[in-house]
Amino acid sequence: MAEAPVEYIASITRQYARLGYKPYGWVYNTDTPPWQPVKKPLAQSRVALIASGGIYRRGQVAFHFKDDTSFRLIPTEVRTEDLRTAHFAYDQTDARREPNVVFPIDTLRGLVHEGFIGALTEHAFTFMGGIYSARRVREDLAPALTSRLVAERADLALLVPV
Amino acid sequence: MTMSSALDITRAVNPPRAVFTDFPLGHTAGKPFDRRLQRQIMIEALSAFETMGQPGSIKMLPFEWDADHSWKHAGAGKGDTRQARTEEPQYQTEEDKAAAQEGRLAEECIVCSNWSPGSEAPRSTG
Repeated sequence: MAEAPVEYIASITRQYARLGYKPYGWVYNTDTPPWQPVKKPLAQSRVALIASGGIYRRGQVAFHFKDDTSFRLIPTEVRTEDLRTAHFAYDQTDARREPNVVFPIDTLRGLVHEGFIGALTEHAFTFMGGIYSARRVREDLAPALTSRLVAERADLALLVPV
Repeated sequence: MTMSSALDITRAVNPPRAVFTDFPLGHTAGKPFDRRLQRQIMIEALSAFETMGQPGSIKMLPFEWDADHSWKHAGAGKGDTRQARTEEPQYQTEEDKAAAQEGRLAEECIVCSNWSPGSEAPRSTG
């Protein structure tokens, strides 16, 4: 018998109250989301992977934990063993053993090889999702990522939060 | 398309397209080393691009982490531990830190962040 999903908002709200923190400012978007129709079959589409699990490549500067709105460009040809993580808000044990759980690069490369999707963009895009300012995400990070998606001619964006 | 393992947060954010897998945080794309499951989840996620027609749709995937759901009662949603946060990069290993410091001098750093050739130097974040 399936159990209901964990209620993270309620749980974290209770925890903050217990610890005497200011309530967290959850984002509630109540308007109908923007909609872009899919224009090509998957097998002809170029897919961009965007992941918020703090993934970086060995040799790159790691993320910091104070509202870091920077992002990394990870070549999609990257060696999986060169992937690292830096994030404070989830258990990174499995991500560090096997990055595909939060950064499914081998999974996607396999599906390109099978012909299920057409291609990947030259880079995947990663950031550290523990950013407390929704405004900075909206005004800084999201537009910068969007312009990269356009520059790399992505047909589809696949977001992988943690 | 956004993948998700936090249904209530995804509902609140309300992205155009989402697929939900009821796994512990940090496993949005599957279980470690289970390539077959990772592939199945990804095929379900990508297929939804072709089948979803309504903005705000969330496709519920049937995969279960374990039979007894004990992970849901083992400190799930612990969330913020309020360690002091600084702008110091938090490397996974000391070796990564050394590699990044070499990288700063090379072209490698162009891909560190949204740094562009026109700016004076990479920001402190890289």
